[in-house]
Amino acid sequence: MMVHYPHDAGAEAAMIAAIVVSATVGDVLIASAMRTIGDLDHIRAERGLGGAIFAVLVNLRFLFGVVFLTISFFSLLYALSRANLSLIAPASASLTFVTNAVAAKFFLHENVDRRRWIAAALVCAGVAFMTA
Amino acid sequence: MTKSTMTLRRWFILGIVAVTAPLGDTLLSFGMEEVGPVSIHHLATLFYAFRVPEVLIGIALLIAFFGSYLASLSWADLTFVLPATSIGNVIVALLARFWKHEHISPMRWVGIVLITAAVGFIARGPSYTEMPKPHDAVEAQAQ
Repeated sequence: MMVHYPHDAGAEAAMIAAIVVSATVGDVLIASAMRTIGDLDHIRAERGLGGAIFAVLVNLRFLFGVVFLTISFFSLLYALSRANLSLIAPASASLTFVTNAVAAKFFLHENVDRRRWIAAALVCAGVAFMTA
Repeated sequence: MTKSTMTLRRWFILGIVAVTAPLGDTLLSFGMEEVGPVSIHHLATLFYAFRVPEVLIGIALLIAFFGSYLASLSWADLTFVLPATSIGNVIVALLARFWKHEHISPMRWVGIVLITAAVGFIARGPSYTEMPKPHDAVEAQAQ
């Protein structure tokens, strides 16, 4: 059965913003944590799988990242209970690609060249088309 | 400075990231349909979900996704990993079309083409931004 929710553009924008911001903060914190921990392939070769898992789990930045991704997940569930899937899923998924690219450039200092901007924009549009 | 850190094995790990996330989500969705609606007042119902095989396999796939995702972020940039692994959406759509014989609308085909183009585009570029190590920065300042 198709459920139609009352349209409230302000509330929908706030819910999408909550999902996108928390997902971006989570992704950036986790990427930053993995960069400080170092190449997991090397750590696993030196200390084994247990050593690699331990190195990740004791990293505070990683743990905060997981907290933000959890907030993002529950924000998504909340939004899906209040608004239509056809709006929330494509909007949040595609916007997250763009905000991640911007955040990676400014906070992770990644070299986001023209190739990566174009790829992020193509994925953003592609996800919107696929889930619309 | 950017460089390529990719090997065949690392492309394989990115493939695991790409495939396990959408497949895990799909299996969880199938499993939760079997469990039915969960009331906020009866959250214990969620434990029944662990008896549903689709939910268990879905969770196992999402654990595999997270492990591979973390590994990939330790040797590749976030702005490389995210577009490169978005091909998973395309794989799931193609599985739905050719395995489950579902209809794919023209809009979705456009989405598939755009994502595939993005992945082809990003895959030809460098994967990792090399940061100056602390002692390199000190040496550069001294010069």
